[in-house]
Amino acid sequence: MSDVAERVKKIVVEHLGVEEAKVTENASFIDDLGADSLDTVELVMAFEEEFGCEIPDDAAEKILTVKDAIDFIESHQS
Amino acid sequence: MRRVVVTGLGMVTPLGCGVSANWQRLTAGESGLRAIDSFDTSDLPAKIAGLVPKGEGGHLFNAEAFVSTKDRRRMDEFIVYAIAAAAEAIEDSGWNPESEEDRENTGVMIGSGIGGLPSIANTSVTLETGGPRKVSPFFIPASLINLASGHVSIRYGFKGPNHSVVTACSTGAHAIGDAARLVMLGDADVMIAGGAEAAVCRLGIAGFAAAKALSTGFNDTPTKGSRPWDKDRDGFVMGEGSGVVVLEEYEHAKKRGAKIYAEVVGYGMSGDAYHITAPAEDGNGGFRAMRNALKRAGLNPEDVDYVNAHGTSTPLGDEIELGAVKRLFGDHAYKLSMSSTKSAIGHLLGAAGAVEAIYSILAIRNNVVPPTLNLDNPSEGCDIDLVPHQAKERKVDVALSNSFGFGGTNASLVFRRAT
Repeated sequence: MSDVAERVKKIVVEHLGVEEAKVTENASFIDDLGADSLDTVELVMAFEEEFGCEIPDDAAEKILTVKDAIDFIESHQS
Repeated sequence: MRRVVVTGLGMVTPLGCGVSANWQRLTAGESGLRAIDSFDTSDLPAKIAGLVPKGEGGHLFNAEAFVSTKDRRRMDEFIVYAIAAAAEAIEDSGWNPESEEDRENTGVMIGSGIGGLPSIANTSVTLETGGPRKVSPFFIPASLINLASGHVSIRYGFKGPNHSVVTACSTGAHAIGDAARLVMLGDADVMIAGGAEAAVCRLGIAGFAAAKALSTGFNDTPTKGSRPWDKDRDGFVMGEGSGVVVLEEYEHAKKRGAKIYAEVVGYGMSGDAYHITAPAEDGNGGFRAMRNALKRAGLNPEDVDYVNAHGTSTPLGDEIELGAVKRLFGDHAYKLSMSSTKSAIGHLLGAAGAVEAIYSILAIRNNVVPPTLNLDNPSEGCDIDLVPHQAKERKVDVALSNSFGFGGTNASLVFRRAT
């Protein structure tokens, strides 16, 4: 597992209070991990903080799964 | 109109978590006041407060026992206290509605004086330093006063009236009185009612201190800071916590064999129409609130055994309230007992009226009146039984609890032993 993936999963576990085993790459924040719309906003903020990047609103709306987050961050890291 | 009784009690205060720990410590003359250690007070004139003791076991409050770490990010501390107090009260009442109809007839009315002041203060700093993108999506729902009622209803599925009171330091009393009215009128059979506050933060202390409302002369002896009617009193001590009661229609409670603590027989309200922070000098507002509550109760002044005073330990307010009590009760003022439990826990603002209502109910239940701590040298004219220093046993069938708030908003509740 890449460094980014590991850090993303750690944030998801902490913010959503879910078991680590449930946080698979294909897990959907809302459908599988019990997040609501406010949780997803906060998750994106936590990713921005952790990786020092900015995730614009239109991109944030497309981050629905753990993998979506990892892919976005990996492709936007300088 | 339908009769309303109290069938459940719950509280979190500076004396600890839970009704029995509170009553035990309160009547033992213990104090919940201490030096503030959760933030820097070096530049603040007041450095003491009534803080909820945190930890595990005994009387200590453990938030994790009531709210998950994840959910705590969604709410400011006053909501956490409200949830904890409501959990105890609901469990105590044994009311666990399973049918949709019963859930629709169960409502919630928990208020707060200020709401999420710590969140508002911190988020304002975040906005100015980090910009709007750093503001949490939970900031607004964590700070809104009615979210205490909201969270409790969501947790338990109570779908009846969902309401909230905001009348500064009268909030808790107004919430219980108004919720009792909803039960009387048939809008609900059961109401979860009370108040919650957690505004002890730098902004809260600075604000009340600027209004010259806080005690500043006892920073080195925190437990001495709240001293209602004492000559050396110099302001109130901020406190935090929550008190919640379960109010229930009498026949409804009887039918299910519920434990009945007391009946809510009287509720009176008034406005001072005088000043934003100072009480009317002749105590007219408090006088009329008490008079209206007795009238609604159909009781005479002579029927009252115990008054839980608003008694905040401010130079002005304490004597004005005592004057109003003397005027209303006449000779009987010298036969009843009156104390201020704020001497032990400080002023819980929006939670005060609810917490003090519970102490009043416990005075009836136990025939014990709690003490006024630190009343070493009563001010001139403070010559009725103010229960100095030690709790005392006496017959209490009827108790009246006063709450007066900024803006000149007054509420009195009257509880009677259930018959």
